[in-house]
Amino acid sequence: MKYRAPLKNALGLGSAKSGVHHWWIQRLTAVGLIPLTLWFVYAIATGCLDVSSYESAREFIAKPMHAILLILLTFTMLHHSQLGVQVIVEDYVHGGLKTITLIASKFAHIAAGVAAIYSIIVISLSTIPGAAS
Amino acid sequence: MANHDRPLSPHLSVYSWQVSNGLSILHRMTGFVLFTGAFLFALWLTAAVIGPETYDLIMGILCSWFGQLVLFGYTFCFYYHFCNGIRHLGWDIGLGFGKDTAVKTGILVVIVSSLLTLGTWAILLGGAA
Repeated sequence: MKYRAPLKNALGLGSAKSGVHHWWIQRLTAVGLIPLTLWFVYAIATGCLDVSSYESAREFIAKPMHAILLILLTFTMLHHSQLGVQVIVEDYVHGGLKTITLIASKFAHIAAGVAAIYSIIVISLSTIPGAAS
Repeated sequence: MANHDRPLSPHLSVYSWQVSNGLSILHRMTGFVLFTGAFLFALWLTAAVIGPETYDLIMGILCSWFGQLVLFGYTFCFYYHFCNGIRHLGWDIGLGFGKDTAVKTGILVVIVSSLLTLGTWAILLGGAA
């Protein structure tokens, strides 16, 4: 042990290890969500996306640029959500219940993401794109 | 061995309420609400692929007065978390850390997000009328 150089002790053994990764991805997804959520809210507020009707909602989702943005929004939003829920659970839930809650949250986020992205793709493929997008 | 009796963070009960910690916990609460909103978003897309009956069932709930109230709440949570999130990103790059500045930007965030919520619903309800 006494022959070890300080660098050897420091590498990969710091208290943080990969701890900063969670923090950093939470910031990256936050930055990504700024334009993505603004676009979605803008689409609803301007009436471009009329969610009240089944046909008009599908028509909106099916447009190529909308589908791409919706997939990006789904992924970024659920990733950000999962990271946020993880922090809350780690702060307030303890013991074995913490592990179970964290696993359940991760599974639920992945399931919601898969369901949403699958839906966007299926709607896009089942609707013939119009001349204008 | 770990001492299981030691206090765990966050120590909510030991602080007196101020603008900074009040808005911080509001950021967390709105974030948690938006987590359920993200699942509602996924449900909306999934309903649109399942079929018109499922879609209309969910829209019927969302268009009821209760649904509209919930969506109004989501709108505020979104705008607050959005504006305060930008405030947080500013801190991350070292901007606006001063005590007075942080209080002022905090109050600004509450005012702006409230106005955006009311403005958005004015447009939505105005368009429907």
